[in-house]
Amino acid sequence: MKYVIIGNSAAGIGAVEGIRQLDTQGEITIIASEPHHTYSRPLISYLLKGAATEETMRYRAADFYEKNNCKTIFGVEVTKINEAEKSVMLENGETVPYDKLLVATGSSAFVPPFEGLDTVAEKFSFMCLDDSLALDNALDSSKSVLIVGAGLIGLKCAEGILGKSKSADAPSRAKKISVLDLSPRILSSILDDDSASLVQSHLENAGVQFHLAKNITRFEKNAAILENGERLDFDILVLAVGVRPNTALLNGIAEIERGIVINEKSETTAPNIYAAGDCTQTTDISDGQEKIMALLPNAYIQGECAGINMAGGEKSFTNAIPMNAIGFCGLSIITAGNYTGEDYKEAEKNSQYKRLFYSDNKLNGYIMVGNVEKAGIYTSLIREQTPLDSIDFALVCEKPGLMAFTKTAREKMLGGERK
Amino acid sequence: MFPWAQGVKITSNWGENMKRVYVNEKWCLGCRLCEYYCAFADTGEKDMARALKDIKINPRIKIEEKDGISFAVNCRHCREPLCVKGCITGGLSVIDGVVSIDKEKCVSCYTCVLCCPFGAVSPSESGAVQKCELCVNEGAHPACVKGCPNAAIVYEDRTEAKM
Repeated sequence: MKYVIIGNSAAGIGAVEGIRQLDTQGEITIIASEPHHTYSRPLISYLLKGAATEETMRYRAADFYEKNNCKTIFGVEVTKINEAEKSVMLENGETVPYDKLLVATGSSAFVPPFEGLDTVAEKFSFMCLDDSLALDNALDSSKSVLIVGAGLIGLKCAEGILGKSKSADAPSRAKKISVLDLSPRILSSILDDDSASLVQSHLENAGVQFHLAKNITRFEKNAAILENGERLDFDILVLAVGVRPNTALLNGIAEIERGIVINEKSETTAPNIYAAGDCTQTTDISDGQEKIMALLPNAYIQGECAGINMAGGEKSFTNAIPMNAIGFCGLSIITAGNYTGEDYKEAEKNSQYKRLFYSDNKLNGYIMVGNVEKAGIYTSLIREQTPLDSIDFALVCEKPGLMAFTKTAREKMLGGERK
Repeated sequence: MFPWAQGVKITSNWGENMKRVYVNEKWCLGCRLCEYYCAFADTGEKDMARALKDIKINPRIKIEEKDGISFAVNCRHCREPLCVKGCITGGLSVIDGVVSIDKEKCVSCYTCVLCCPFGAVSPSESGAVQKCELCVNEGAHPACVKGCPNAAIVYEDRTEAKM
């Protein structure tokens, strides 16, 4: 059996580990445009901050490919999938045949067509290792940085730049760090108003300046001209507006909506072709909607699921939900699900905040800032769609724990499977 | 229990060690000795009282207690560990059946805290998360189990016959 995997990140690695659970002999070829050993993409901000090195940010051990008997073709783009011949074509003209193919091509930074963007000398995206290295190289204590986008990527980038400059003995990495966003609140995809303003003040105290609910009309070399006429000067521009799934390889081959359409076995609509991770769209079981959930845990689980099915096993991934764990300068945030229904709210106190959302006897979502202990118990209630009348919901709201479950449920969880 | 765990039976990665810490809730006295033995386990000290004096312990096994009911909770070392699958760094992995932490790799992003359905992985002061690793570095038998005076936690192999 010949397996070809396009992509060398969480979903691709998950697929290797999925395949090898069932098939230790089949030939696996991993093809990736980046020339690097598999690394953790979310760690690029930690690299910038100095909290990770290129070595510690490896997603798997140095001997991973050898141990899993994988052939690697790195630093080479796949230009085309030939569905009829069951092969992929590389930019160097080579063809690689497959029996089962996985497209795990991830996503790319979306760069809006701003007027005058071509006049900006130092501009960066913040998606991959090379972006982080290039930005690191450009940073200087005499330069101001403007980050466009106050989402997860933009703010982790800001934190990364702040990182070292916070300690007294390290030189400052930038003269000024500003973040601009169209939205009136930061992290608008995962936080509500109260938690967003809590996190914003925390970042402001750490030295980040915000320009929210602002729209850029055009760029002029070292300045962004805003819709209200304001002018923001900068030396370095980081564009973190959003990401787009890399779906082009399956154009005309498999169904693509917002992302590559897959079923719960990670199969695309084309035979023998699977897809997983950020390039796909998935059903969010917390609200039933199809969406792109560009999240590492989902990517890995989907990739592993694809791998098992590619190797002839039977595996489904049916309960994806949006979920995020993220922290900024010591302040932790964990969120999951969607924010509809009635709510249980613990007002902000000492930089701590908690809000749960529920309806129809189910937990829909939650936001926790500060104290995030045992957050996974809430995540599990959402994923398992646990009927809230089967647990002590009032207790679990206040204090996530197994105490809220029935004795029988607990016995199953803590007593294990008996002989 | 978990829909994503349905389908093929997967035994790889679970290795040789099938023994786990299991809880007998009705025998738990809520004495919290398990917590103290856990906190003491890797201090390298000989005397528990001296080692833990004036320290607010943050053990990897924790007692939940309410209205006369108490029980200990620690890592279940799941067959399909969501913490490992979700780990963004590769710092959590299954080694000989034990869900283990590579403290050098962990950056305390808390994705594992987000994922664990038991609340068994927790933040710590060390810069890495913490969870029960069955005292594999300390010898064969988990310290909490050795210290429990009432067999409310036991270290046993309760799995089906090995495949």
